[in-house]
Amino acid sequence: MIIDLPSTTTSQVNRKMVELRERGGAVALGRVLTLVIVDDDGEHLEAHIDAANEASREHPCRVIVLARGSRTAAARIDAQIRVGGDAGASEVIILRLYGPLASQGQSAVIPLLLPDAPIVAWWPSAGPKVPSQDPIGELAQRRITDSAAERNPIRALNARRKSYVPGDTDLAWTRLTNWRGQLVAALDLPPYEKVIGATVTGEADSPSTELLAGWLAEYLKVPVRRVKTTTAQGIVSVELERRSGAIALHRPDGKVGTLMQPGQPTRRLALHRRNTKDCLIEELRRLDPDEIYEASLQGLDKLASGAGRRSSANKPAATKPAKSAKSAKSASSKAGA
Amino acid sequence: MKPSRWTNPLRDPRDKRLPRIAGPSSLVIFGVTGDLSRKKLMPAIYDLANRGLLPAGFSLVGFARRDWEDEDFGQLVHDAVAEHARTPFRESVWNRLAEGIRFVQGTFDDDAAFDRLADTVRELDSERGTGGNTAFYLSIPPSAFPVVTKQLARSGLAASDDESWRRVVIEKPFGHDLASAKELNAIVNDVFPEESVFRIDHYLGKETVQNILALRFANQLFEPIWNANYVDHVQITMAEDIGLGGRAGYYDGIGAARDVIQNHLLQLLAFTAMEEPLSFEPRALRAEKIKVLRATKPMQPFAETTARGQYTGGWQGGKKVPGLLQEAGFAKDSTTETYAAVSLEVQNRRWAGVPFYLRTGKRLGRRVTEIAVVFKRAPHLPFDYTSTEELGQNALVIRVQPDEGVTLRFGSKVPGTTMEVRDVTMDFGYGHAFTESSPEAYERLILDVLLGEPSLFPVNEEVELSWQILDPVLDFWAKNGVPEPYAPGTWGPASADEVLERSGRNWRRP
Repeated sequence: MIIDLPSTTTSQVNRKMVELRERGGAVALGRVLTLVIVDDDGEHLEAHIDAANEASREHPCRVIVLARGSRTAAARIDAQIRVGGDAGASEVIILRLYGPLASQGQSAVIPLLLPDAPIVAWWPSAGPKVPSQDPIGELAQRRITDSAAERNPIRALNARRKSYVPGDTDLAWTRLTNWRGQLVAALDLPPYEKVIGATVTGEADSPSTELLAGWLAEYLKVPVRRVKTTTAQGIVSVELERRSGAIALHRPDGKVGTLMQPGQPTRRLALHRRNTKDCLIEELRRLDPDEIYEASLQGLDKLASGAGRRSSANKPAATKPAKSAKSAKSASSKAGA
Repeated sequence: MKPSRWTNPLRDPRDKRLPRIAGPSSLVIFGVTGDLSRKKLMPAIYDLANRGLLPAGFSLVGFARRDWEDEDFGQLVHDAVAEHARTPFRESVWNRLAEGIRFVQGTFDDDAAFDRLADTVRELDSERGTGGNTAFYLSIPPSAFPVVTKQLARSGLAASDDESWRRVVIEKPFGHDLASAKELNAIVNDVFPEESVFRIDHYLGKETVQNILALRFANQLFEPIWNANYVDHVQITMAEDIGLGGRAGYYDGIGAARDVIQNHLLQLLAFTAMEEPLSFEPRALRAEKIKVLRATKPMQPFAETTARGQYTGGWQGGKKVPGLLQEAGFAKDSTTETYAAVSLEVQNRRWAGVPFYLRTGKRLGRRVTEIAVVFKRAPHLPFDYTSTEELGQNALVIRVQPDEGVTLRFGSKVPGTTMEVRDVTMDFGYGHAFTESSPEAYERLILDVLLGEPSLFPVNEEVELSWQILDPVLDFWAKNGVPEPYAPGTWGPASADEVLERSGRNWRRP
């Protein structure tokens, strides 16, 4: 059911919601969170609402969409309520703000928030410079941005690093969870050797590739080379150098990955690029600060300086036995235990 | 095995996003053509693959009598997946899975077939890097267990070493009484040590069942009243609206109590009644379950505390259905019960004097599984008698399936000028369509097998204790009379209602 409320106020929207509940039981109360979607450009608005509706099947929520209409128009709110079949397991309230109201999103959202439930803000396209200081971001426990949707993804990612506060997260980070899972699983297998170097290849403006390199740099505490390619989309490959050879995970076509490890047959695995719905479901699963994301953002720093210092002189660290002998020795003593 | 000093530098306990991906492994299924493997196992394996939780190189081996090639078996899996999988079909995922599908033709007494199976498992290790880690899923009747486990031992398939693990998965029934359960355990444990035996009770893989622990031990609200001071009695129900057409071979002579109460309902009882575990470590959890099962005893005399029934023919939900005795394959004078109700007591301080009523049946009103904790009435009601006439007992109902969630029933004032109190309910509904996205029980359980995570699998001792609780009732039934007939689509025989009426209680209508 879709109900249009042109030129309305939030209290009228609220009254309508209560009326709907009383009349048809259409709007149930078992919502676990409020998801506020702030979509300034509005071009893919319906796609974003669809993703939220799909995610609501795992996380029943109230979705409030803030779309901005013309700033030069007279101040007014056009609202639309969607419930039942048109809203997945959620209820969707779309608020289109015109004129001076366009910059007053917070005042329109507050009356419609669910009592006591966590608030998640999501900027599916360009996000604010400092999410935690944005009027909507200030309300939210969790702020989801998407660096890949910004005009300059890498610059956006660096801005996120500077402005990070607990509760921030980015879909560029969510998109690489499957990669991280496979790499962690690969290191769970023998030979149990220390990783002495790493190379991450991907599109030049892929923020996920940057974050993956940052994560590796932070956790492996080794220099990580970031190689840029134009031949494929997103992340293309990761290589982790070890004394006995490299673990290599390649995904040239964005769908199927190939995992190569010394002493093991080459394995192929499904590693397709994730869609927004999957990412959003994962994001809504946890609302506490993501320390790993924070650490990976910090890792970006090491990456920049590490790559700059080393890339010209010596490429793979494994070819320099003299340099890595010490770490290799300690690794083998570990492996023997 | 992993050197104890190796710590994976990429692992961080705070990293909750990382999926639990199983290590390199393969799964061998015996009985691939059965209903269970087609409707549950194979779709669950695909769904796991689709969620990226299976290791690269994961392989699936089918063993059956049919004269099939790998491709034929692959086709069977493909069709099963296309029809029953929960997640959308993706060609790239399927192709990766299909690369690792193998079929071995043979019968259980054919030595050569098991040698071929052993060769296949070895080949998979070298071709696909399964590391020799193998799980055997015995989706076959227990009568075939001795020969299959012996064959596995003979062909060297059952032997694990420091480098690789071997696990065996078995399904209910785990015997038909204490003696046969012990015998079965001995046969399986003869080849596989107890820590590599995974007994599947798919109820324990359900989110709602695991949620019992969260509800009880993560909240301050419920645990203080979760005892004999406040609880009047507990009803655990598992009802099905279907009959037993086509299941005679398995069900005749087994009956509802052995089929459902011994495993599912007693496990639900254990979760409901157990003390707080020290942690959610498998060992700690089992210790508490075993303690509470040990304290559980059937209430006497059985003539008054138990009931059993058998459905007759009649009309159910707009369809004419046959009675059990008319179903194909059942003896015309079968005394197999299709409805069973028992009264149990948990003999410890927390539950002294609180009866636990367990019931299950086929062809009942509707399909539902729930746990209802019914509370005592308020000790004093400062109202006129007439104002609380309609007030029942408070109840907390955990709806295990369908419509997963929790209902709280309590009294509320009826709007109006007079003070009148009536029962209302407060509902927690796991989200309206939560089930669409929450994993199937089998997905969770198969993944746990591959990960070697045993908390959700009942051990030997739990199985034997459950039989100890049920055996006296079964003996009594065997010696006394026959099941009472009940019409299809009802909530069981009249004798079941009398069991509760004797103490002034009533079965909840689920």
